[in-house]
Amino acid sequence: MICVNALNKKYGTLQALLSVDVEMESGRITAVLGPNGAGKTTLIKSILGLVKPDSGTITVDGILVNGESQYREMIGYMPQLARYPENLTVTEIVDMIRDIRKTASSRKPVQNDTPDMELWDRFGLDSEKDKPFRTLSGGNRQKVSAVLAFLFRPKVLFLDEPTTGLDPVSSSILKDKILAERDGGTTIILTSHIMSEVQELAEQVVYLLEGRIYFEQTVSELLEATGQTTLERAIAVKLGREPEMVTETGVAS
Amino acid sequence: MILKILKYQLRDVFRSRWIIAYVLFFLVLTDVLFRFGGDGLRVATSMMNIILIVIPLASIILGAFYLYNAREYIELLLCHPVKRHQLFWGMFLGLALPLVAAFAGGVMLPYLYNAASADAWQAALMLVFTGSMLTVIFVALAYYLALRFDDRIKGLGLALVICLFFTIIYDGIILFVIYIFSSYPLEKPVLALSLLNPIDLGRILLLLQFDISALMGLTGAVFREFFGTPLGMTVSVASLLLWLVVPVTAGFRRFLVKDF
Amino acid sequence: MHRRLFISAWLIVSVLTAGMAFGISSSAAASAMSSLSPETRMDGQETRSYGTTRTLVVGDRGAYASIADALSDAADGDTIRIEAGTYREYALLVDRKVTILGVGRPVIDVENNGEGLRITADSVHVEGLEIRNVPTSHSRDHAAIRFERASGGKAIDNILDNTFFGIYLARAHDMEIRGNYLRAYHTRESISANGIHLWNSNRAVISGNEVFGHRDGIYLEYVQESSIHDNHVEKNIRYGLHFMFSDDCVYHNNRFEDNGAGVAVMYSRRVKMTSNKFINNWGASSYGLLLKEITDSEIFENEFSGNTIGIRSEGSDRVKKYRNRFHRNGWAIRIMASSMDNHITENNFIDNAFDVSTNSRQQSRNTFEANYWDKYSGYDLDGDGFGDIPYRPVRLFSLIVERNPMALMLLRSMFVQILDLTERVMPTITPETLVDEKPLMRKVAL
Repeated sequence: MICVNALNKKYGTLQALLSVDVEMESGRITAVLGPNGAGKTTLIKSILGLVKPDSGTITVDGILVNGESQYREMIGYMPQLARYPENLTVTEIVDMIRDIRKTASSRKPVQNDTPDMELWDRFGLDSEKDKPFRTLSGGNRQKVSAVLAFLFRPKVLFLDEPTTGLDPVSSSILKDKILAERDGGTTIILTSHIMSEVQELAEQVVYLLEGRIYFEQTVSELLEATGQTTLERAIAVKLGREPEMVTETGVAS
Repeated sequence: MILKILKYQLRDVFRSRWIIAYVLFFLVLTDVLFRFGGDGLRVATSMMNIILIVIPLASIILGAFYLYNAREYIELLLCHPVKRHQLFWGMFLGLALPLVAAFAGGVMLPYLYNAASADAWQAALMLVFTGSMLTVIFVALAYYLALRFDDRIKGLGLALVICLFFTIIYDGIILFVIYIFSSYPLEKPVLALSLLNPIDLGRILLLLQFDISALMGLTGAVFREFFGTPLGMTVSVASLLLWLVVPVTAGFRRFLVKDF
Repeated sequence: MHRRLFISAWLIVSVLTAGMAFGISSSAAASAMSSLSPETRMDGQETRSYGTTRTLVVGDRGAYASIADALSDAADGDTIRIEAGTYREYALLVDRKVTILGVGRPVIDVENNGEGLRITADSVHVEGLEIRNVPTSHSRDHAAIRFERASGGKAIDNILDNTFFGIYLARAHDMEIRGNYLRAYHTRESISANGIHLWNSNRAVISGNEVFGHRDGIYLEYVQESSIHDNHVEKNIRYGLHFMFSDDCVYHNNRFEDNGAGVAVMYSRRVKMTSNKFINNWGASSYGLLLKEITDSEIFENEFSGNTIGIRSEGSDRVKKYRNRFHRNGWAIRIMASSMDNHITENNFIDNAFDVSTNSRQQSRNTFEANYWDKYSGYDLDGDGFGDIPYRPVRLFSLIVERNPMALMLLRSMFVQILDLTERVMPTITPETLVDEKPLMRKVAL
């Protein structure tokens, strides 16, 4: 459960976020959408603590995001483009992240002690484990990144274009995993420019435009209200009432 | 936590090709100088010229490149329960230490296997100290620039300009000042000007080691006091430390509040 | 840019060649020269010259309790044998041809009462004494041992500790001053005096002495045809060696180290200086060797290392400087415009901040030829051992420093190196004729 309350952020003269209020419930997948520069990244980075907002509050599972790092124990993050130290092997990278998590851990290692290696096994990463990161293909990098995001059974999961570069089999393995986590009660925030993927995974859409929330609706409500069958169409209609508007406002991420 | 981050940083950096090239550069150069010139004192004197040019340039460029390339990695780590100050020191030491080790190792190894005299070792250690300080200072400057400017071209360009400024232009300005105001008592201002440039500081430290006989040719009480007593050494080292603290602190503070 | 800089830096270092072996320290040689044992000396020579000679023994077991008593009893040819012990005596007048011999290093403590020995007779031999505490005086030249109008004497193996003048020769010819150790402790020039001081004394031999802490270590004025060799002169307040109006003298195998203003030689002709070491003389007006109005002289096979200025030459003509080593000096040679017809050849110039500087952009009237310059970066295509391009030892930067000494601060900076390089490629300011037309490709073996 993430609560964002009256969030403002300015970069110089550019208003990146303007009094944004959002709630992202647990056990649901919320898609954050919007054209480039709409504030998606800023919003997500604010929740992750990478960007410090000018005003407003964010709570993650009731914990206020205020510069402390401890709440990020609950978070798993799969970036759009993962870059780990190039000369470390895959095993070393996993070890490193586990090391860091262990060192930072405030809890007694009880329930979340065993890491979640399901994706590792299903992706068959054992064959890659001794390769330096720089030699990995884009797809394999994405797989490593996914494994690391799910590794600590996070309560909150950020997925930024998660299926980019993945082959269809891996992609559906990942989607299965995402849905399983959702059913386990995890709060999931998704950004993607593939609307079919959003439609397939997400229950809720938060649409940002010029730093404001343009609309916030469940997928089914959105489809119903616009009378469309696909999310892509539905958003296009919602934005401009005209399908031609889609290209102009650039729904793509 | 800093050590944890550092551990993996070091592992990464020491496996990279450029650090190996960096070691080899100093190793081969020192070795060749030993083969040509023989005694360790002369080698140190010759290395001085190279170190004052190569180290600031290499450190600031490598530093900026490194941090720009590590941008996504830093963001990634910051999504884990890592404190920013921990990550900063991990990243900073993770580059500065390998560079210092590479330079110091490359220079000192030939001294070891050439069984240099105590005098030569003293010179070599002074050289290594100065070079190490310059490495850390210019890595710190690079980090500050890379954190200050998100545009890499701008950051790298500025790094080059700063390096060029301190290596060449600054001394030109000093010479100009000396010429223009040659009839005024300028000892203190000129000395102060030199202390404001880390490369000049390093140079003065090494001059105190290698060219004291020439420096003693300076007339004037202030110079005699400065170069003829431990004062010069003390002030230079202190200023160098200050030069270390300022950019590191600036970079550190920037890192704490930066929006990634 | 990076590549350019690196290449030029590389050029600078690639010219350097092998370091030099150290010579044998001359002080070691000096201390190795031991004199004959006192007994043999005394019995041999003195008995042959005089029929009846006596040995007067001073000391607890001797016939005399004081040296003064023995001296007043002695006759020409006698030996005064001073046993170990401390004798609180001063102003001892030696006016007979005696040998004064310390056995077991007796100490004559002057206790700051005046001078030590004053010798006015010829052929007096003083050996094996230690004389202490001769006071500073502004009106009298107190010395531990003074030879006054007394020729043919010897002062051998004495220790002179905390004295004003050490050994003072006035109108004393054919003297031998050998193996003495002199030490003084003053720090100001005005209250200290010279270690070995010669005035109007010809044909002296001064050898194997060690002099520390005096005003001038060795001072000669109006001294002809003398030989000064194997001395070690260190940490004296003014000059290690200072001579004026002293023609036809030879200085060899001496070591002059860390003296206030180095060594100064002035107003003399036909001086020969060879195999000396001039080391670590630091200061704005300090020299390894200052030549002032020295003519028709030779300076060869010396070592100048670590001095602010190796040799400074003022008004000195027809001086040949060859086969010397100039190492790690601030300025190896500073030759002023007033010097002419000097020949500087076959020297090694290594690791000096400046090889040659001059105060004038006029035509040089001195010859630099066939020297080895470590900064020379030319080539020798015809293989004759000489570089094919002339070498200009005066750097542009040295001219800048000449006018603005403060610019010295910029020594070894990149900016200065670029300046020098430019000047080397397109000489416009440096003196055109101060040039070594055939620089050596290899070091002179010394």
